[in-house]
Amino acid sequence: MSLWEYANPVKFIRTTDKVLPWVWALTGICLLTGLVWGFFFTPDDFRQGSTVKIIYIHVPSALMAINAWLMMLVASLIWIVRRHHVSALAARAAAPVGAVMTMIALATGAFWGQPMWGTWWAWDPRLTSFLILFLFYLGYMALWEAIENDDTAADLTSILCLVGSVFAVLSRYAVNFWNQGLHQGATLSLDKEENISDVFWLPLLVCIAGFVLLFIALVFLRTQTEIRARRTRALLAREGQA
Amino acid sequence: MRALLVRDLMLAIRAGGGFGLGLAFFLIVTVLVPFGVGPQTELLSRIAPGILWIGALLACLLSLDRILALDWEDGSLDLLATAPLPMEGIVSVKALAHWITTGLPLVLAAPVLGVLLSLPVPAYQWVVISLAVGTPALSVIGTFGAALTVGIKRGGLLMSLLVLPLYVPTLIFGAEVARRGAEGLTVQTPLLLLAGISFGVIALLPFASAAVLRINLR
Repeated sequence: MSLWEYANPVKFIRTTDKVLPWVWALTGICLLTGLVWGFFFTPDDFRQGSTVKIIYIHVPSALMAINAWLMMLVASLIWIVRRHHVSALAARAAAPVGAVMTMIALATGAFWGQPMWGTWWAWDPRLTSFLILFLFYLGYMALWEAIENDDTAADLTSILCLVGSVFAVLSRYAVNFWNQGLHQGATLSLDKEENISDVFWLPLLVCIAGFVLLFIALVFLRTQTEIRARRTRALLAREGQA
Repeated sequence: MRALLVRDLMLAIRAGGGFGLGLAFFLIVTVLVPFGVGPQTELLSRIAPGILWIGALLACLLSLDRILALDWEDGSLDLLATAPLPMEGIVSVKALAHWITTGLPLVLAAPVLGVLLSLPVPAYQWVVISLAVGTPALSVIGTFGAALTVGIKRGGLLMSLLVLPLYVPTLIFGAEVARRGAEGLTVQTPLLLLAGISFGVIALLPFASAAVLRINLR
């Protein structure tokens, strides 16, 4: 019994079919609890008023935007090293989800920034690096779409993912160069004394769990779809020959 | 390798469009900016270093698809791949040829165009130095983009989308060197970082480009 057994598409579909309803249910519970708790049962911040509640969408989506890319990076590495098709398809399936998460983070950030900073957008290091991340997602998806041969596309996109990761990190530190900017520093670090107050922290934690589960559910579902679509294409091709 | 370099240079000169295209585009960008933002000298001299960098970057981007596309179409890339030269060497030479035909003329033309944008006097040397250090990185990264999209028909737009985010760190540090130079600040930190990016991509990225090219030629 090892993790690599799930590289078998049949096994993958069978297992995820069993797991998916549970993941969806948990996602629903977490998101509902976290959002309702966060929106209706937490006090307003003494300085930010009720806009502080944007945090329950903004922070989890921003987290998932980065982690989705990390997951794609790992999946791409597995594809390059071990050439499991499920891995390449999972990376492909995660990209649009990650892109949407990035967009949500940028949009909610703009809605939050408008009343707080007085501007929708600033060329702040964090904002800028998210915009660049979004461009990387777009390029990655466009490359997948543009290439007809599946294996070639998987190879090229995984190398793009590796190179892109290096440059994404580089850009993150390059934009730091300008100035600190408007965005606040991290308030959720595990190693710091002064963090966000528990009143906000607990529902936020539930929301983050909800977003993680949502991401897992979507990636499983989309990977299943990709596998089935590919199988259908193979069947059709075989029928065409006969 | 030298033969390949000479061949690429000869092709760029004789087939036309190699030297001229990038330079002409650079000229057009820098001439159009004053029309767009107005001719005030103070404003122009403030944004001049950034404009020169963006112009150079766009001129580089414009000529990227010439690096590999022509050789791909007429099949000489397949011949090169079967030659005893390692693929990493081929892409490095291609990038070098691209830099000599595009990057180097841009570096040399930048001070002349700086006059048009009323670039401050202390900035001249730093614009030239930052471009000289940064444009090789643009060529090498561009070769990677060209290798990625070489098999795609009309992949120019896709290549721009792929390459632009990769250009961001180079642009930031390059423009920062030029800006600090223009304002008379110390340029050491961004210049060292820019050089670091250049040397880093020259050393490492050809491996990625070669891998990508091998996949595309499969």
